[in-house]
Amino acid sequence: MSQFAINVLFVGGSFAIYIGIAIWAKAGSTKDFYVAGGGVHPITNGMAIGADWMSAASFISMAGIIASAGYGASTFLMGWTGGYVLLALLLAPYLRKFGKFTVPEFIGDRFYSRSARMVAVICLIVASLTYVIGQMAGAGVAFSRFLEVDATTGLIIAAIVVFFYSVLGGMKGITYTQVAQYVVLIIAYTIPAIFISLELTDNPIPPLGLFSDHSASGEPLLAKLNEVVAALGFNEYTAMVDNKLNMVLFTLSLMIGTAGLPHVIMRFFTVPKVADARWSAGWALVFIGLLYLTAPAVASMARLNLVTTIYPDMAAQVENYEDATANPIAYADRPEWIRTWEETGLITFTDRNNDGNIQLYNDAADFADRGWQGNELEVSNDILVLANPEIANLPGWVVGLIAAGGLAAALSTAAGLLLAISSAISHDLIKGAINPRITEKGELRAARISMSVAIVVATYLGVNPPGFAAQVVALAFGIAAASLFPALMMGIFSKRINNKGAIAGMLSGLIFTLVYIFVYKGWFFIPGTNNLEDVEANWVLGISPLSIGAVGAILNFAVAYLVSNATEKPPQHIQDLVESVRYPKGAGVAIDH
Amino acid sequence: MADDKSNAAAYWKANLRLITGCLIVWALASYGCAILLRPLLAGIAIGGTDLGFWFAQQGSILVFIGLIFFYAWKMNRLDKQFGLGE
Repeated sequence: MSQFAINVLFVGGSFAIYIGIAIWAKAGSTKDFYVAGGGVHPITNGMAIGADWMSAASFISMAGIIASAGYGASTFLMGWTGGYVLLALLLAPYLRKFGKFTVPEFIGDRFYSRSARMVAVICLIVASLTYVIGQMAGAGVAFSRFLEVDATTGLIIAAIVVFFYSVLGGMKGITYTQVAQYVVLIIAYTIPAIFISLELTDNPIPPLGLFSDHSASGEPLLAKLNEVVAALGFNEYTAMVDNKLNMVLFTLSLMIGTAGLPHVIMRFFTVPKVADARWSAGWALVFIGLLYLTAPAVASMARLNLVTTIYPDMAAQVENYEDATANPIAYADRPEWIRTWEETGLITFTDRNNDGNIQLYNDAADFADRGWQGNELEVSNDILVLANPEIANLPGWVVGLIAAGGLAAALSTAAGLLLAISSAISHDLIKGAINPRITEKGELRAARISMSVAIVVATYLGVNPPGFAAQVVALAFGIAAASLFPALMMGIFSKRINNKGAIAGMLSGLIFTLVYIFVYKGWFFIPGTNNLEDVEANWVLGISPLSIGAVGAILNFAVAYLVSNATEKPPQHIQDLVESVRYPKGAGVAIDH
Repeated sequence: MADDKSNAAAYWKANLRLITGCLIVWALASYGCAILLRPLLAGIAIGGTDLGFWFAQQGSILVFIGLIFFYAWKMNRLDKQFGLGE
C-alpha cells in the first residue's frame, strides 16, 4: 500500500469515528449544547480538556521551538501546564458552583453590569477567534503535506467535519469527540518518541531517555548535545538565559493566560459536582503532562539526530570536533526525508560555498577559516514532530498516525474555541442583551447559527491568513491574562470589588497590554506601523511584548482595587452571591435553574 | 445562624491557607528552582546537566500535577469536615 493510501486510511478512519460520535451525541437542549448536560465524568472531562488544550501549537510546533532554543523554551512547558494549578485552585471549583453556562455570564452577574459582560464577550471573541486561525492553518499544513491536496481543499474538508460534530452535538458532541481525539493524538505523539528514545539511548521511556546516556557516544545525552551544538557555534542547549526577568514574566503570562482562556474554563462547567471540577483539573494535567513530558525529549533527540545526520562523524565519541565537522554529507547523499520536506519549502538548501556539501551551523559564528560561507540548511521548527517518524525510519503506518494526530490536535482545539465563541454570541449577546425572552429552542437555533458563521469566518481566515497569524499567541494570551483572569479571580476572592472597579481594571489591563504589543508588533498587526523595532534593546526593562500580559494583569488588579475602594460597596445580594460561590453546598441545584 | 456563619468563615480561612501553601510550592518549583535559583542548584548534576534544567523541563510539571491532586484531596476532606460538601 502506498504511503498516501495509508495516510488517507488513518485520517479518514479517525474522521469517521468523530462523525459517528457526533450522531450518537446529538444535543437536544441548550444545557446539552453548552455544558454537555452537566454529567461528564471527571476523567472523561480531563481527557477532553487535554485535547481541547493541546492545539496545533503544542502538537506540531512546541518540540521544534524547544529543539532550537533549548533551556530558554522551557517557558512554554511550564507556562502551558502551570496555568492548570491556578485554574484548579483559584477558578474552576467556584465557577462550577456558580453553575451558569459561560464566562461572560459570571462576570456580568458578579459585577451586576451588562457593560462588564459585554467587555468580557469582546475579549472572549477576539482571543478565541485569533486562536482559532492558528488551528485552521495548522490543519492546512497537515493536509497539504500528508494528503497531497492543497491547503484550501484540506481546510474545507476539515471545516465540514468540525461543522458536523460541533453544530449537531454542541458541547456534548465536542466532549466525546475530544476524548477520541485525545487518544489519537497522544498515541501519535508518543510512538515515534519511544522508537527514537530507544534508538538514541536504549531507554523506551522518552522522559527518562532525556537524562540517560547517548548509546553511540556513551556520554549523557544532554552533555553530548551541548558539545555538538557548541562545536557548530550555537549556544549550549542547557545554557542559562541572561534575561531572567523576561523569562519569569513570559512564563507567568502564559500561566495566567492559560487559566483565563474561556474555552478551557467552559469545560469545567460540564462536570456534575464541585469536587469533580477539582479532580478533572488534575486529570487534565495528567493527560496534558503525558505529551508535555515527552516533548522536551523529542526536542533534544531530534536536534541531535538532525546534526548527526548532516555530520555523521559527530555521532560517536569525538576527540576533536573540528575534524568531526570537517566532513558533512554531500547534498546529493541527503536522506529521503530531507527530499520530501524540501518539496514543502519547510527545508531549504543553498550551497553558498559551492562545495556540494551541506554546512549546518550558527550563522553568527565565524567559520570562514574552514571555507564555510554561511549556514546552508534552513529547517523550519514546525516539521520536527511531523518528520520524526521519517527521520527515525519508522514504518508507513506511524506516518499515517502522525497525520491523524496533528489533525486531531488542531480540530479538537478549534471545536472548543468555536463553541466558546458561539455560546458568547447566542447566550451572552442574544439572550443576555438583545432578546432576553428568546425561547430555549430559539436560543439553541441561534447557537447553531452562530457556530456555523464562526466556522465559515475561521475557515476563511485559515485560507487567507492575515499577516499577523504568527503573532496571535501573544495576543490571545495577553488578552486572557490581562483582562479575564484577574476579573474572574477578584470576583471570587474579594467581596469589595464592585462594577466600576472591575470594568476599570479590565479595560486598563487590556488597553495597556494591547498598546505595548502594538508598539512593537505594529498597530493591529499591520506591518510597518510599529513605533519601535521588536528587539530586546528597545523593550522597557527588557520585557518582551510576549511577556507583557503578566504586567497587564497586575495593573488590572491594582486599578480594580483602587477604584473599588474609592467607590461604594457592592450591594448585599452580590456579597451573598460571592459567599455562595465559595461553598460547594447546593451545587447540584444550581445547574437546573 | 451565627454558628453557620463562623463555620463557613473558618472553612474559607482554611481554604485560603491551603491555597497559599500550594501556590508557594508552585512558585518555588517553577520560578524558583527552574529559573531564579537555577545558578544555586548548578552543583547538583543530573543526567549530563543540572537540577535546575530538570525542574524547567520535567520537575515543575510533575510538581504541578501533584499539587492539584493534593489540593483536591484536601479540599474534599475540608468540605466534609465543615459539612459544606454537596
